[in-house]
Amino acid sequence: MEITPIGDSALIVHVRDQFEDAPDETLSQVLGVASCLERTNIPGIIELAPAYTTVAVFFDPLAVAKAGGGPDRIHNWLADRIRAAVAPGTDCGRRAKTRGSHSRLVEIPVCYDPEFALDLDAVARHAQISPRQVVDLHSGAEYRVSCIGFVPGFPFLAGLPKKLATPRRATPRKEIPAGSVGIGGAQTGIYPLRSPGGWNLIGRTPVRLFEPSRNPPTLLRASDRVRFRVITRREFDSLKR
Amino acid sequence: MKIFVTRAGFLTSVQDLGRVGFRQFGVSTSGALDPFALRVANLVAGSDESAAGLEITFGGLHLQFTDDRVVAWCGGKLGARVGSTSLPAGHAGFVHAGEELRFEHAQAGCRCWLAISGGVDVPIVLGSRSTDLRANFGGFEGRALRDGDVVPLGRKPRLEIAATESERISSWSAPKPWSQTASAAPMLRFVRGASWNLFDDLMVQLFTSEPFTVLPDSDRMGVRFDGPELKQRNTIHLVSEAVAPGTVQVPPSGKPILLLGDCQTIGGYPKIAHVISIDLGIAAQLRAGDVVRFAEVSLADAHRLLLERESELKRFRIGMSLHAI
Repeated sequence: MEITPIGDSALIVHVRDQFEDAPDETLSQVLGVASCLERTNIPGIIELAPAYTTVAVFFDPLAVAKAGGGPDRIHNWLADRIRAAVAPGTDCGRRAKTRGSHSRLVEIPVCYDPEFALDLDAVARHAQISPRQVVDLHSGAEYRVSCIGFVPGFPFLAGLPKKLATPRRATPRKEIPAGSVGIGGAQTGIYPLRSPGGWNLIGRTPVRLFEPSRNPPTLLRASDRVRFRVITRREFDSLKR
Repeated sequence: MKIFVTRAGFLTSVQDLGRVGFRQFGVSTSGALDPFALRVANLVAGSDESAAGLEITFGGLHLQFTDDRVVAWCGGKLGARVGSTSLPAGHAGFVHAGEELRFEHAQAGCRCWLAISGGVDVPIVLGSRSTDLRANFGGFEGRALRDGDVVPLGRKPRLEIAATESERISSWSAPKPWSQTASAAPMLRFVRGASWNLFDDLMVQLFTSEPFTVLPDSDRMGVRFDGPELKQRNTIHLVSEAVAPGTVQVPPSGKPILLLGDCQTIGGYPKIAHVISIDLGIAAQLRAGDVVRFAEVSLADAHRLLLERESELKRFRIGMSLHAI
């Protein structure tokens, strides 16, 4: 397991080389390593950030120096502790392999009306199918959250039907409304906040994905399974209230 | 227990040492772009080091006080006045109820951090009082301050710092390198990034020997540079992974971007370098047109420098306790 520094206060644990070839397995392994490190309580670790094939470990170099002796050994000392904690022989390492089999299923209502689906026609043209078929395919599939990032609560979803994969727009939009559902390459996702973005917009959800007053603040977490339920414009308005 | 914002200036926001523990939900660190400067200012003002203060960009901020407070600020080359008395960086200043504290426009550098005894007392959201200006939460109503805002302050500390009515501005101060952080010839020290090897010797040499000019579209998310185009050996599609304040990423344009406190949590661009923690204070002062050079240090040196500064701060903290009355 390769461990590389990202600056003087964080490092990255590379759990696997690729994501696309086996998303489910990778996700389970990566989250397994993260939860394993969470339980191990290595001195100086401040927070963990799993993403696709890696787990980033943010740490306080002062606390690590205190626990590990001297400034020259900070990275190596921490890397050794991490390797030991996630070694396949440990309890934690073994359990890490099985995590993910019981991830939550979250249903998200989406209105695919033209008003919200600014790029539905472009996606349909690219896939050489009708807009109706795009909606059927998109709402018929089951997805899994590979990672939360970009903006708070933004879920990168794996499992998009291959036909729907559409390159990002050449010029990103300066402002995309909160709740917009989009397709970017082989992934689909939801913009939790008004933000700039380059994904193709095909619908909108009335559901809030980020709520800073709650803890955890996001509707979705990495490894959750997601389904989209088609709703009408009227339902959208009543759910929005 | 509050201050009136008579003039908010160009961009002023409530910040503390940043939001920790929510990266996995996509939440940025935010916080003072130079957390060390805020810590020093807090110590000088007699506050807790982690208390929330104001990050002032380019000056122009006028604050009216409603009770007596001790204040201190660190950062770029700005002028500050309590009434008609000048308050230099790194000194404690005593502000009476009804008096105004004014920040003039920055002459060099662009940001400073103002600490007020008792701290800025906005609600803690996700563990921090920092304003997340991109996601619009935390801080004061999730936004930059505006003219006319009334900002709550915390209870004054029991032990006040010895900037008193008789001595309005303290004769002692924090060390200059800590309180005045704008650099005439900014040099950013870095450790190699994970994608260092995606760039050949020539590119790496350009990065470490050529000057880079700060572009105007830089902000709290990152500093954008113009300079020699840094081309990868081959274009490799990287899987997105964590980035952090200090990360220098190279988008397809070949023009590097140095990420700061408001940067997103993950990114897929090659990471050529990471600016070391103790130089983030220099990065936080960069403004359009500034010319920067990058210099490599080892990871062990980066850690040694950080630990040294921390033990100097410890000594300063002990010295400070002698000024409390």
